[in-house]
Amino acid sequence: MTDPATDPARNRAQLIRETASNAAAPGAEMLPPDSPVVAAPLNETPATRSQWADVWRQFSHHRGAMVALVLFVLIILFVTVGPYLWTVDATFVNIRARNQGLSAAHPLGTDQLGRDMLARLMAGGRVSIAVGLTAMIIAVTLGSLIGILAGYFRRLDAPLSRLTELFLALPLLPLLLLMVTLFREPLSQSLGTGTGTFLLIVTAIGATSWMQAARIVRGDVLGLKEREFILAARSIGTPNTRMVMRHILPNVLSPIMVAATLGIATAIITESALSFLGLGFPPDFPTWGRLLYDAIPQMQMYPSRVILPGALISLTVLTVNYIGDGLRDAMDPRIRGR
Amino acid sequence: MLTYALRRLLLAIPTLLFISLVIFLLLELSPGDPLGDVPMTVPPDVKEKMREALGLGQAWYIRYVLWLKQFFWVEPMHWFDQAFGTSVVAGQQRIISFQSRSPVFDVIAQRIPQTLIVVGFSYLIGVLIAIPIGIVSAYKQYSWFDQLGTFVSMVGFSMPTFFTGVVLIIVFAVNLGWFPSVYDTTLRVTDWASFKAQARQMVMPVTVLALYNAAQISRFMRASMLDNLRQDYVRTARAKGLTEKTVVLKHVLRNSLIPVVTVIALGLPAVFGGAIITEQVFQVNGLGQLLISAIHANDIPMVLTLTFIFAILIVVFTLIADLLYGVLDPRIRYD
Repeated sequence: MTDPATDPARNRAQLIRETASNAAAPGAEMLPPDSPVVAAPLNETPATRSQWADVWRQFSHHRGAMVALVLFVLIILFVTVGPYLWTVDATFVNIRARNQGLSAAHPLGTDQLGRDMLARLMAGGRVSIAVGLTAMIIAVTLGSLIGILAGYFRRLDAPLSRLTELFLALPLLPLLLLMVTLFREPLSQSLGTGTGTFLLIVTAIGATSWMQAARIVRGDVLGLKEREFILAARSIGTPNTRMVMRHILPNVLSPIMVAATLGIATAIITESALSFLGLGFPPDFPTWGRLLYDAIPQMQMYPSRVILPGALISLTVLTVNYIGDGLRDAMDPRIRGR
Repeated sequence: MLTYALRRLLLAIPTLLFISLVIFLLLELSPGDPLGDVPMTVPPDVKEKMREALGLGQAWYIRYVLWLKQFFWVEPMHWFDQAFGTSVVAGQQRIISFQSRSPVFDVIAQRIPQTLIVVGFSYLIGVLIAIPIGIVSAYKQYSWFDQLGTFVSMVGFSMPTFFTGVVLIIVFAVNLGWFPSVYDTTLRVTDWASFKAQARQMVMPVTVLALYNAAQISRFMRASMLDNLRQDYVRTARAKGLTEKTVVLKHVLRNSLIPVVTVIALGLPAVFGGAIITEQVFQVNGLGQLLISAIHANDIPMVLTLTFIFAILIVVFTLIADLLYGVLDPRIRYD
């Protein structure tokens, strides 16, 4: 049994290949793929390129996105592999070695308690990026679930859209601040300081940032529902769950992925903003936002301690935004160059 | 159009009531105690009386309805009384802050000017910068100006305001000493010298926020211009011999501004509340800072009222943006 979506897509892929083998190679790349995702083609000839290879080829032509991807991988390596290479403990207090400048023992100096800045930046980045990723996963899962339910089941559309609008009308930053202040203490008491705060912040950010994803997914599902391959799948009696998992979800994957990428950026910024306002992680639990906040009182004497974590936050968010931009261009060639 | 506006207004009422209930219940669930700072030596019965005096004695739903009444009836009528010398709500309890024991709305009224001056001005400047950048970027797509503009807006969009603010303080306040790092709210503009001082202390917060807003709006402007530049009517306008200036600045610009105006309207609520972080960085004594200090002090009436005001602003400006879209673009029909 072939997925009905496969055939037109294959024809288009062949067409692209034929055109590409002719003279006008650069123009051929501009042709939009007909169907966003080819769902598990069974009887595919080896010569047919997969959707993801196409997306990758488009993506790799976006110079900014490629540079950003390399930088982002480097940042990830810095915070994950780094601590194994630079084994100084990030929380080790050495009051005699406080406020030191750059030296061989402390390449980026030490803070006001003599803790090694390089190790702290690595540890902080791990928490910041972990918060960004987890909050994004929560937000995107919630958003796609609500979006698909609202778009696919007509009866759920009105209440779920109302809910989305309601959430969009909430003043998010004040509410986030409130949630964190009110529930930080009890949660850290019951789950431990680090885990409690982490769970709280991640859930709070996730629960307040799913709306954009839900709206985009709902719109796309509404459009998909009118397509012939859905009608064909329905006519052979595909049950609703199968329909969503097999035909709808793969086809809305590209907007979800773009929303996910941009979601990481917002989550990292929100977390560091909370930490900056003193409402994030506790002091002995370094994150980039917290490091920046802790360094503010001494920024006149030691500006590098403010600038390093801030620059890392900005760089990470910038690279993630560029990757999102590149993904959007690669997945939807119609909007390239915006 | 009118029926649509009325329907949206009616729909906004349950939305706002629900939001207020959510905020109220969130605060109600909070484990924090407004009397937590009262010394342990105070006997329990006195403490109970203090609790009564703060209005914490009754069940939550009674307090919720009471708060609604104070917010929607007593407070507006109080200002009405003050303005016209009547006494409709004389002697009725207004919303009182736990922290300062003064009416919440009086404190808010004191803080609004600072926020509006700094944040509103920066929004204005951001829009004024963003629109020309968006126009030129789209008109000369892929030129060096466009590449640079896209990169700068990407950077501006990615740098959190607390970082740009702190960097500006380090460079211009600490190292160069050009501008003061702390915003002095007691400064009164009376003569040329104080005006210059006011302008100097506004430079940095305004720059930070204007950069951030301009980065977002210029991207919208560019996308919208690109949409319109490819339309057939542009070709028609050129074909009938209009100058390039007329085509771009009259035909294309006017049509491109439609979505951008709604984006600008949607961003306006943030002018009042969203600049919390920038106000904190530069110690601007505005609404954002009021909210933070109220949260820290467990000042429930203040937090509730402020957050609800932000919610009202968001709902109202979303409505304005939707209606504006219909007014500006006759192709949109609401019936």
